[in-house]
Amino acid sequence: MRPGAHAAAHPASGERAQPLAGLQALLRRARRLGLLAALIAVWWYVSERVLDRSTRALLPPPQAVLRAAWDLTRSGELWHHLHDSLKRELVAFLWACTAIPLGIAMGSWKAVEEQVDPVIEMLRPVPPLAWIPLSILWFGIGDTQNEFIIFLGCFFPILVNTVSGVKGVETNLVRAARCLGANVWQILWRVVLRAALPQIVTGVRVGLGVGWMALVAAELVGANSGLGFLINDSRTILRTDYVIVGMATIGVVGFAIDRAIRIVVRRLMPWSQALAR
Amino acid sequence: MSAVAFSGVSKLFPGHGAGDEAVLALREVSFGVADQEFCSILGHSGCGKTTLLMMLAGFEAPSSGRILVDGRLVDRPTWRRSVVFQDYALFPWMTVEENIAFGLEMKRVPRAERRAIVRRNIELVGLQGFERRYPHQLSGGMKQRVSIARALAVDPEVLLMDEPFAALDAQNRSHMQEEMGRILASADPQVRKTMVLVTHSIEEAILLSDRVVVLTRRPGRVKAELRVELPRPRHESDSGFLELKQRIRDLIHDELEPEH
Ligand SMILES: Nc1ncnc2c1ncn2[C@@H]1O[C@H](COP(=O)(O)OP(=O)(O)OP(=O)(O)O)[C@@H](O)[C@H]1O
Ligand SMILES: [Mg+2]
Repeated sequence: MRPGAHAAAHPASGERAQPLAGLQALLRRARRLGLLAALIAVWWYVSERVLDRSTRALLPPPQAVLRAAWDLTRSGELWHHLHDSLKRELVAFLWACTAIPLGIAMGSWKAVEEQVDPVIEMLRPVPPLAWIPLSILWFGIGDTQNEFIIFLGCFFPILVNTVSGVKGVETNLVRAARCLGANVWQILWRVVLRAALPQIVTGVRVGLGVGWMALVAAELVGANSGLGFLINDSRTILRTDYVIVGMATIGVVGFAIDRAIRIVVRRLMPWSQALAR
Repeated sequence: MSAVAFSGVSKLFPGHGAGDEAVLALREVSFGVADQEFCSILGHSGCGKTTLLMMLAGFEAPSSGRILVDGRLVDRPTWRRSVVFQDYALFPWMTVEENIAFGLEMKRVPRAERRAIVRRNIELVGLQGFERRYPHQLSGGMKQRVSIARALAVDPEVLLMDEPFAALDAQNRSHMQEEMGRILASADPQVRKTMVLVTHSIEEAILLSDRVVVLTRRPGRVKAELRVELPRPRHESDSGFLELKQRIRDLIHDELEPEH
């Protein structure tokens, strides 16, 4: 702590401290992007200095990619593909939310778990991508097939986390509800679901992430639109700048989805933040 | 109106073999608690006190014997026997108010009446101003008071408490015991219940109870049953208090001698 008299003797220093502190905070934030900036510099160096005219198409420099992003955005093409991809992710996610009631049933009743568990354990190790050939035969090329693949990617993380969340609910919470007069449905809805919610949300976050990755793979081969399609289509015409724009969009959007969920959770479950701490 | 009767109650927890052997937690426990009486159950750690209370609540069935409340067999939990748990068991996603109102919602008490009951119970345990707080924002003693208010709000016939003050520091504990004494002294029939308290503390048992049941080491049996006739409010320095404390201590000390 600086003595008050000292600060009073230099009134100007106090005023100047404000913007200075702001600048420092900005610098601190910028420092976190150091590695990212270095990687982009390496990218630029390789593209401009190491590659020559004939091979530069393999890795176009950052500024060319930015220009491509601008072109794709202005023409509406990027938005069109992003929209289709997001729509598929959303539809598949809504279907995958059936894992929540199923997981609650599995975690609550042994008879349900005994029946469902072997099926799940057999299906779970099969990666969503392994379903692509069969699903193309079943659903053809397009939304349904893509959504099916994303659904598979989403469903299992949500299910596994819900079951373990439900099993981890403290016995005494359920007992407290029972001796306060709650019936089975009230216990499931008002106690078990809420108590397991933090872990269900973890499942949702993982599921959306896995689903987003599976989406792109599904679109690479089984779609006429979407970010995966954009990447693959651009490859066939050797537009590597478009490929990289597509990849970057996938990364940024995946990151944004996860961040959005975290913010929503912090708003809706202030108590769970404190529990996790 | 609620009298409790244990008759020949035993509890055997079956093991799963391979080092996990069956545990006989309670053996042939018989005693009664009269209507509106305050009964404490004293005993060493692991002698089956919690097990006894959970069976009275109706969460678990005795392996043999019967538990009757007002002559009816206990076979399931009900709000007529509400429980204050050792670890509070407050719903972390509900505020103080919502926790206390939970049982009333389950009973379908109309909203306006619900609000009045919640307010009355918050005042009873002295938590005015904390209605909108979440459990994680409260101290241990405050959580305990919410837990007691929640159990009282449904207006049970029997209140079951499992070492409700054990997790508190000495200062908080004596404060809570005093408050419990105050609640007990209240003539309000809404507040005066049949109470069963599980505890480690001889002082706490004498301070609050009409009757003290001392259990043996595992498997728990009734070692002794004493009536506490001292006038209230009681003080730890009263000669009657000290005398009784010594008697109970001797009873429990007996138990410290190795059995085998
Ligand atoms: N679900 C259970 N399965 C197997 N054994 C159990 C179970 N619950 C309790 N026991 C055993 O029964 C005995 C009595 O347990 P209980 O929890 O009733 O003791 P307690 O008197 O409440 O002890 P404390 O004072 O430490 O709380 C213990 O030996 C315990 O290991
Ligand atoms: Mg216990």
